[in-house]
Amino acid sequence: MLNIKNLHVKLEEEDKQILKGVDLEVPAGSVHAIMGPNGSGKSTLSYVLSGRDGYEVTEGEATLEGADLLEMEPEERAAAGLFLAFQYPVEIPGVGNMTFLRTALNAQRKTRGEEEMSAADFLKLIRDKAKGLKIEADMLKRPVNVGFSGGEKKRNEILQMAMLEPKMCILDETDSGLDVDAMRLVADGVNALRDEGRAFLVITHYQRLLDHIRPDVVHIMADGRMVKTGGPELALEVENNGYADILAEAV
Amino acid sequence: MALPQAKIDATEARLAALAMPDGAQWARRVREAALERFRKMGLPGPRDEYWRFTRPDTLNAAQTPEAALFDADEPPAFSGLDRLRLVFRDGVFDAEASDPLELEGVEIMRLADATSQDIHWAKDLYGVLEERAQDPVARPFAALNTAFATDGVVLRVTGKPSKPLHFRYLHEETDSDAILHFLVKVEEGAEVTILENGPAAARFNKCFEIDVADRAAFHHIRTQGRDHERRAVTHLFARLGEESAFKSFTLTANGRLTRNEAFIELTGDNAQAHIAGAAMGDGDFHHDDTVFVVHDAVNCESRQVFKKVLKNGAVGAFQGKILVKPGAQKTDGYQISQSLLLDGDAQFLAKPELEIYADDVACSHGSTSGAIDEEALFYLRSRGVPESEAKDLLVLAFLAEAIAEIEDEAIAADIRDRLEGWLLRHRS
Repeated sequence: MLNIKNLHVKLEEEDKQILKGVDLEVPAGSVHAIMGPNGSGKSTLSYVLSGRDGYEVTEGEATLEGADLLEMEPEERAAAGLFLAFQYPVEIPGVGNMTFLRTALNAQRKTRGEEEMSAADFLKLIRDKAKGLKIEADMLKRPVNVGFSGGEKKRNEILQMAMLEPKMCILDETDSGLDVDAMRLVADGVNALRDEGRAFLVITHYQRLLDHIRPDVVHIMADGRMVKTGGPELALEVENNGYADILAEAV
Repeated sequence: MALPQAKIDATEARLAALAMPDGAQWARRVREAALERFRKMGLPGPRDEYWRFTRPDTLNAAQTPEAALFDADEPPAFSGLDRLRLVFRDGVFDAEASDPLELEGVEIMRLADATSQDIHWAKDLYGVLEERAQDPVARPFAALNTAFATDGVVLRVTGKPSKPLHFRYLHEETDSDAILHFLVKVEEGAEVTILENGPAAARFNKCFEIDVADRAAFHHIRTQGRDHERRAVTHLFARLGEESAFKSFTLTANGRLTRNEAFIELTGDNAQAHIAGAAMGDGDFHHDDTVFVVHDAVNCESRQVFKKVLKNGAVGAFQGKILVKPGAQKTDGYQISQSLLLDGDAQFLAKPELEIYADDVACSHGSTSGAIDEEALFYLRSRGVPESEAKDLLVLAFLAEAIAEIEDEAIAADIRDRLEGWLLRHRS
């Protein structure tokens, strides 16, 4: 599904190298987790994959089902099936949550040459999905993320994911700022989407989220590279011993 | 204070090109008095503080600057609504194109007819609110209008008409210079909605004097024509009685020069005045909202919400004042003026003012100027919304607070459609 080879990225403004040769392959149907200390480049990786401005790819490649992601505009990546659940979802005053989602859904369909979804079908679908995430009707009517609590914002990200049905879902520290109950809701939402045709890349600091969203593979990222890859037990190791041992080993 | 000779000369040159219409003796007196006011003020000039942001040259010129006719490419605003249509062609009422002037709950008369008769309520209104608004700031084009208005309509609303009255303006001569004056008297407990739209003339001077009696309500929604080359100066003068409501919204897209002035006096307790505007300018566009709200009663509320979207050299200006007179306690005054600059060439000039002589009031004002929020833009794009569409969505979101001032949902939807159309045509 997602293939990253020797990806080097620097900050455009500061001429600072952040990613120093990332290699990663996430096959369809799998859940990969990336853990790593602060400043290791985890969030940069998610932003570069989704097409945010401010980064320059100096070497390497990233493909989604064989298509060159790095050549695409952010909206084209979305239509191709990439989704980033933001660490800090953006507030957009004046744009209703429903309007936003319907515009996004139909824009993606249009790009893919599919028919737009009718207002009635959309309403039915969103009500159904919102219910599972315990999102009240009132939250759907409010402007995007405005006045939402931290937990509501993250649940709203998962709602968008559920509505847009992407193939490749990247979750950037979706667990940050969540209490135990909210984390469970979010994890349930993610688990409900797991299937053979879809892949997940879960970026997190803590093993706790991975108790709820069981990964197939865990990567440890440090200083702009993957330094260790293993099974779910690797996350436990980090939880118990921290990163020091792994990093020492990698050097 | 004597006026400078250059100002006197310009003022006299302008007057030489105008003829005062005939009418009953009282109307003649009103017009002569307005002419005298106008002569004392003279035409505005670049040194006048109130015209610091806007050059009045083309409004001052004795000869009307030409304006090309505009080929409409969309149905006119309000087409889908049930309304009573009153049509003006280059500033002249067109009875044939209009609906019969009959609607239950409102008396409708042409200005010329009203000013040739002895109609007491019209006598109490014509030039009266305009004159009250001349202090503390001179509004010469309004005095000029009272003196020389050639046409217009007077309305006395006694009930709640079943549909809005719609003033539809048509522009057919490239050098037309129209001066229209409207009187609206909303009697106690009555309620009316006025709609306005269309290019009116190459140069347009329009005045509304609106007297809203106790517990009465006045609603006003206008779209100023998409004619690119017009020059317009408009005035809304309103006086509000107890528990009355005044709501006005203006959409302005295009126009070389548009100056919309409003002077609203809240004279009865518990009255409410909302005035809002959304302006869209691309290129040779100068739009000026100049608003003056006077609180002269207890527990009144006023809101000014003005939003401008500017690009490609367009200029927006806002001068807004809230004056709270002594004794106007429990005043709730709000004012916001914001611009969204879509590129580095656009310009926004703002002068928000509060002047408060009562101690138990809540007044706030804010003025901002900014670009499209890049974070929000990326968020939308990351969800699959193409960049141009995402920008339009953010522009509409920026304007939402102004559009929210339109109470009628069908009219608000019509306005939103027009905004979307404009954005689509002006994508860069």
